[in-house]
This record gives sequence, C-alpha cells and structure tokens, in this order.
Amino acid sequence: MRITTTIERPARGADAEPLPVYRAAEGGQKQVQKKGGDDAGADKGAGGPQKLAKKGEKLKDEMDALVDEIDEVLEENAEEFVKNYVQRGGE
Amino acid sequence: MAIPKVMGTEVEYGITVKGDPDFDPISSCVLLVNAYREDHAGEILWDYDQENPLADARGFQVDGEKYTPNQQENIARNKTLVNGARYYVDHAHPEYSCPEVTNVRDLVVHEKAGERILEVSRREANALLPAGTQMLIYKNNSDRKGNSYGSHENYLMDRRTSFKQIVECLMPFFVTRQVYCGAGKVGSENRGHPIDYQISQRADFFETEVALDTMVKRPIINTRDEPHADREKYRRLHVIVGDANLSEYTIYLRNGATAIVLAMIEDGAITKDLSLRDPVRAIKEISHDTSCKQEIPLDDGKRKSAVQIQAEYLEMALAYTARQSLDPVTKDVLAKWEHAVEALRRDPMELHEKIDWVMKKAMIERFMERKSLDWRSPQVEMLDLQYHDLRPEKGLYYLLERQGHAERIVSDEEILAAVHTPPADTRAYFRGECLRKYGAAVFGVNWDSISFGVDGEPIKRILMAEPLKGTKAHVKDLLDSSPTAADLVKNLRA
Repeated sequence: MRITTTIERPARGADAEPLPVYRAAEGGQKQVQKKGGDDAGADKGAGGPQKLAKKGEKLKDEMDALVDEIDEVLEENAEEFVKNYVQRGGE
Repeated sequence: MAIPKVMGTEVEYGITVKGDPDFDPISSCVLLVNAYREDHAGEILWDYDQENPLADARGFQVDGEKYTPNQQENIARNKTLVNGARYYVDHAHPEYSCPEVTNVRDLVVHEKAGERILEVSRREANALLPAGTQMLIYKNNSDRKGNSYGSHENYLMDRRTSFKQIVECLMPFFVTRQVYCGAGKVGSENRGHPIDYQISQRADFFETEVALDTMVKRPIINTRDEPHADREKYRRLHVIVGDANLSEYTIYLRNGATAIVLAMIEDGAITKDLSLRDPVRAIKEISHDTSCKQEIPLDDGKRKSAVQIQAEYLEMALAYTARQSLDPVTKDVLAKWEHAVEALRRDPMELHEKIDWVMKKAMIERFMERKSLDWRSPQVEMLDLQYHDLRPEKGLYYLLERQGHAERIVSDEEILAAVHTPPADTRAYFRGECLRKYGAAVFGVNWDSISFGVDGEPIKRILMAEPLKGTKAHVKDLLDSSPTAADLVKNLRA
C-alpha cells in the first residue's frame, strides 16, 4: 500500500509533473522504525557465524536494491549536467 | 544567565534550468518565488528601513553601500508567508528563512517545511516554463566551480556576553562540529588540496577567522550585528560556517549542540581553553580527513582530533546540564551528541543512517563498487549533486529516507502543518496570523515589525522587538477581537 503525503494544488499544464510523494511504501516505513531503535554498529544478539553470514547477505541484497533504485533516477547525462551546473554564489 | 535560544535558519538554494544553458538565475528566482501563492498574498514590501548589515559586532560600523531594492523590485523579490517565514531572492539564489522557533525540534520541522515550499513553487514555476526546459533546485552549498552559497543559522544571545568571549569559546567548536554536521563533498574547491571526498561542503571556502563579509574571504565566525530585536538586550549570532543539511538527525544535532554551547558561553561554563593554532587551516584539514582521526595543533602545544575536541565540549555540556532540570528536547540532543561522538571515535561509517556526509559517502561507495567507478567518474559527481535535489522522486536523500536508510526526528504531518502554520511560541505567530487575517492591509514586514496601510491613514508600524512576545498566548485574544486591521490598530492603541 502506498501512502502519499502531498501539499494541495493540482499540477497544471501539459508538462505537469506528478504530485510530490515523500513517504515510503509500508515496508520502508517499518524499516525506519526498526533502524531508529538499533544501536548502530553493535550486534548485541549475535547468533553465531551462520546468522552473521545471513545478515551480511541480506545487507548486500538491500544495498544492491538501493543501487538499482539510484540507477533508475540518476541523471542520464551526468557529465554534461554537472558541467552545466554553475551558480552565481551567495552568502 | 543563559537566555532561551530562539533560533532560525536561512538557506540559500542552488537553482538551474535544465535545457536552457543561457537561463538567467535572477529572473528564474523571481519566477520561482512568485509561483508560490498563498491566499493572503497582496503586494507586501520587505521593510528594509531598520536593516543594518554593515554593523559589526566588534563595535563599529563599516562604511559602504547598503543595497535596498526599489518598491517594485522589493515586492517581486520578497514574500512573507503565513507560517511566519521569509521566502525571497537573495542575489541570484532563492532563499528561505524559517520563522523564529524556541527549540531545535521545531527548527527541524520548519527548515523541512521550507524544502516543501521550495518544491511546490518549483513545480508551479515549471508549469510556466517553455516545453523542454525544467527548473531544478538543490539544497547544497557548492557548484564544483568555485562558487558557494550559504546555509546560515541564527541564535538569540544575551548582549551582555562579550563578543570576544563568544569568539574564543566558539571557534574550536565551529571548526570541529562538521564531523557530525557536514553534508559531504566530492573533490575540493578554492585551490584546496585535491581530495576524493571530504566531510564539509563549505570548509574549503573559509579564509579568515573573524570578519563581517559573507561572500568573499569568508570568516568562520561572522560579525554581523543586526539583532532584529531590542539592541540593548539581544545579540543575534549569525552563523555562516555550516553546510546545508537534508538529514533531520543532522539538522537536529547541528542546531541542538550549538545552542547548548552558546548557553554555556553565556553562563561562563566553557572552562577549558581549546583554542586552535590555526583555525582556517584546521577546518580544511578536518574536512579532508574522513577517518576523523587527524590531530590538529592547539595553541597550548597539544594535538587533538576534531572528535576529541567535540568530546571535550560534550563533557562540559554534560557537567553544565547535570545541575539543571532539562526539557526533553535538550536531553535528547545531548544523548544523540554523545552517541555521535562515540560512534565517530570507533568508525564514522556507523553513522551511515544519521549524518549527511556519512550517508552520502556510503551511498556513493556502494554505487562505485557495483559499477566499477572511481571518485573522478561523472556519475559520482552527479550523485554528489543529486543527493541534494529537492524533487522527492529524484533527490537521493529522499530516496534513502523512503527506503528506511535515514533516521528521522519529526513526522511528515508536522512538516506539512508547518507549511501553513507559524510556531505558536514566538513573534512569528503574530506575523503569520496578521498576514493570514489582514493580508490585504499589510503594507510592509520585517522580522521585528509589521506595518499596516489602513484606508486613508498613514502607515502604522507595529514594533516587535521581543522575539518571545507576540506568541499565541499573548495575542490570540487581541486577534480574535480584531476582525480587521483597523480594529487591530485601534485595539493596540487602547
């Protein structure tokens, strides 16, 4: 189930972009709660090498999934885009 | 005696128009800011009259030209919003100054509300741009071409605390807090040593220790002395040394720890002299060391790492607060500050779901590993930029957040509410509510005043020199019994 949180005002025009979605799907939300509680880096209830290996694999899969997601949204013409990103500079 | 740390942030955003290499940033900013409509929106001036950007906290006034736009330019460039924020064009960048808040949790909510407002305006502005072009906004500080734009913090302080004292006690803190505040950056700038990745977006740009200017020869500690409040009582410390942060946890720690340190300075509770031999050099060396182990020389001949110096501040903070009964937010900030320092001591990468620079580094390294890229790949530079993209469906911080890889402090509901609602406990309440209720009659606004133009009468300016007055508790009844601006003015006179 996808939950959306939006600010009102429907987009106008032919090139209208979809409304902003900030919140995750259910799965993502649960992950936040879980990770928020963990003490980063400390594996308190280690259940032996097998459990650790499984955890490592799960992490690797998660990371792979993350890289795939990033790949999907990453600007295609990276070199040109970065080259053209120039700011006047401020305070 | 430490006074409540009323605070606010001003964030300058990066802006570009994809598909239009000749786009003009100033007119794009004007389009952006005006694309955000609120029902009350009339033609309201930003009241520059009382502004004094050339006053230096060290006790003098600098000679120079103070730029004030004419009326038309003023109205085009400045919006004051019903949540009490100021949304405007600052030189060639859109800037969002959140309303004054009393605590760092509200600060996170309101700074994040600013991101939402920028994003809504961006979409609205895009509907007006020619096909094939797209305006994009970034919450960062560097364009990789030597230009930088700021993310500033403001803290209310007791004027009786000497500026010299503030500088001495604060300098080492500002140089080192980047280890849990930095937004991360690929490469270096401003003739800095070449580096794959560094902790801070801004570090390379600092060239002096203490100065008034904010755009050239940037100082670690800025001496701007424009309290926007009762000058006899208050100082507004204007901080330019920080990075633009997306992680709520990072924003929280950044303002939270700083507020505690400022209170300690006011109370004379900084008992250790941690003065650095060369702060300008140190801020860069620390930024360029992602292991956070590098030791830097202190004035007294000792060498300490940034983490050790932060640990000293933390230790003093724990001793200082042990004697007080603390509100939950301050307690929480201390706990997270302690956690951050301990994690940094072991391995900074432990903070890969909490602190921007670590989150970004972890993300980039995963990507590089999978795709066999190196730090000079254009895609890596793109990741560095796209982390800060404000589009929730494209911005990489938002992606991490959605996937559960960013620890949050506040909720989306709170952020959304803050888009239209001012904080109830500062003068932002009066400002925001006046705009909502009497929008058409408001003539001009500034942080410490609001002026009304009531039919045929001279403009009435109401001064709000106390940041903690004009709260809901103070003015709700007054507002409820004043259906029009004329009534308000009459009731205030009574």
